[in-house]
Amino acid sequence: MKKNIYQKIWDAHLVAEPEGEDVILYIDRHYIHEVTSPQAFEGLRLSNRPVRRPDLTYATMDHNIPTTDRSMPIADILSRAQVETLRKNCAQFDIECFDMLDPRNGIVHVVGPELGLTQPGMTIVCGDSHTSTHGAFGALAHGIGTSEVEHVLATQTLRQKVSKTMEVRINGQLAPGITSKDIILAIIGKIGTSGGTGYVIEYTGEAIRSLSMEARMTICNMSIEAGARAGLISPDEKTFEFLKGRPMLPQDRSHGELVEEWKQWASDPGCSYDTLVELDAAAIEPQVSWGTSPEMVSGVSAATPILAEVADVNKRHAYEKALEYMGLTEGLPLQSIGIDTVFIGSCTNGRIEDLREAAKVLRGYKKADSVKRALIVPGSQAVKRQAEAEGLDKIFREAGFEWREAGCSMCLAMNDDKLEPGERCASTSNRNFEGRQGKGGRTHLVSPAMAAAASVAGTFTDIRNWKYQD
Amino acid sequence: MNPFTIHKGLVAPLDAMHVDTDQIIPKQFLKRIERTGYEDVLFYDWRFLDDGKTPDPDFEMNAPRYAGASILLARDNFGCGSSREHAPWALHDYGIRSIIAPSFADIFFNNCFNNGMLPIPLAAEEVEKLFQQTRATEGYSLEINLPDQQIICPDGAKIPFEITHFLKQRLLNGWDQIGLTLRHEAEITAFEEKRAAARQG
Repeated sequence: MKKNIYQKIWDAHLVAEPEGEDVILYIDRHYIHEVTSPQAFEGLRLSNRPVRRPDLTYATMDHNIPTTDRSMPIADILSRAQVETLRKNCAQFDIECFDMLDPRNGIVHVVGPELGLTQPGMTIVCGDSHTSTHGAFGALAHGIGTSEVEHVLATQTLRQKVSKTMEVRINGQLAPGITSKDIILAIIGKIGTSGGTGYVIEYTGEAIRSLSMEARMTICNMSIEAGARAGLISPDEKTFEFLKGRPMLPQDRSHGELVEEWKQWASDPGCSYDTLVELDAAAIEPQVSWGTSPEMVSGVSAATPILAEVADVNKRHAYEKALEYMGLTEGLPLQSIGIDTVFIGSCTNGRIEDLREAAKVLRGYKKADSVKRALIVPGSQAVKRQAEAEGLDKIFREAGFEWREAGCSMCLAMNDDKLEPGERCASTSNRNFEGRQGKGGRTHLVSPAMAAAASVAGTFTDIRNWKYQD
Repeated sequence: MNPFTIHKGLVAPLDAMHVDTDQIIPKQFLKRIERTGYEDVLFYDWRFLDDGKTPDPDFEMNAPRYAGASILLARDNFGCGSSREHAPWALHDYGIRSIIAPSFADIFFNNCFNNGMLPIPLAAEEVEKLFQQTRATEGYSLEINLPDQQIICPDGAKIPFEITHFLKQRLLNGWDQIGLTLRHEAEITAFEEKRAAARQG
């Protein structure tokens, strides 16, 4: 029987199928961080249970840590306590932790792939919804709650029901200036934030095959914003090339041997899915979100919606509320919207390629005076070092950006990097929810190139018309 | 975990689509390392005025008639976004035991069952009717009968609902899922050994 990648990984990880219960699926990698793990460890202690496989569990600190000078203790007492709790839990249960000052530190979904911990065919979970990122490598990866974190720590398995499968096929080639961020926002705009509920998505098609691994991670990362359990891309030569020589790959096998193993996970040609969604790559414009849900998004040449044209009453109500929160009116051209903050970073767009894209746009330019604050937060300390080696930090600083330490930062604003009420941000992150980047803050989701261009123009502008300075 | 069998309670409406877990509990309250004590921060940004203390009169759930509600009525895609289990913890601490909506986000849905709470997906028309009845009748209460998979309205009308056998059994018995899985420890070990052997061969 021809199988798609999800079916292959599922079948290979079945531990038991107890009658009348959800199946027990083996977990190959468990990533943990400071925010969603403390109660899980406390649960283990209360029940006197050990961590079954500390050797398959890796911790990082990312959500709650400062992106400024880290030589000082964290000022926020609660944040500090949470970070110290993770440190203690990792020591007690013998789990490797990429601590704040560790050169491997960074956002969990940036660090896993760059160390080679994330590999094709694996099952990967983390108490974080953007775990779907790792699907770019052909791994079945998804977020879980804290009770499930405890379950995986104790059993190295998860109870699961089989999902339906959706093929999202992107035909043809992207126009110049269009990035994978635009693809995934366009997909979410088309199917909606609950369009993928109950499904695991596989992204296929010529446009996906042409994307780099960094770009593929951006797409898979936001699968959760489409409501999907996970989003995967079958591994290919690009996957193998990216992983070659990564420090935490199995050391007892050659690259050639690993590639032979990894190849088997790709979906069989001619396999089937429950649903197909198709998009024409050439028709995708640079995307800008205008509302408070990632599905409230349009091409940059469009305007905010006209409420009377929205047929569904609940949707109209939601649009109306969103426009009000965002301080926008109906039918407003997106390119007329002025911004005062720019945030480039996050597990969606904080990788080296994202920073190169932003630097390419910013070279020779300065941010507009109306832009009060512009932050670049690398996804990991390794990304930061690489960017500095390439001189990107200089371009950012000259353009008026602040160059920070790695972390989740203003994507969710748990640390000090947050919007003030009413501030409007061009952000490369993944969620434009009310208050996501700070209470009363207004988030517009865009690609790194679009965010960089907006910082210079002071408004959203079409990256396809950008005059690059070499 | 306390079993969930038959629950009767006051219904409160939350009339918004795509209510995300950032709204259910904003990020600044995720810094604690405890599992309880989140009742006062549920829907924090919506529930309180800018001082963070005064209940916002425009937030429907704040009306005195909904005080003590244990059943929440919501719209499509409830609980989307972040996987934070703090969201069901906050709902639970506030007193909510069941949520009725046309659809739920996947991770939130699973998280509810790990906290003895019952999310019930119903057709949008059924949910709309419940919204109307809740607003029309002060003190509107429902009885949720999990063994029979029925919601019983004050007028005696019965609305059937779906739930998988496993989830139903877990709630009815208040099972600890980890304990349930550890019954299969020998199979987990066998799986690990088989794989290790395959890798060596």
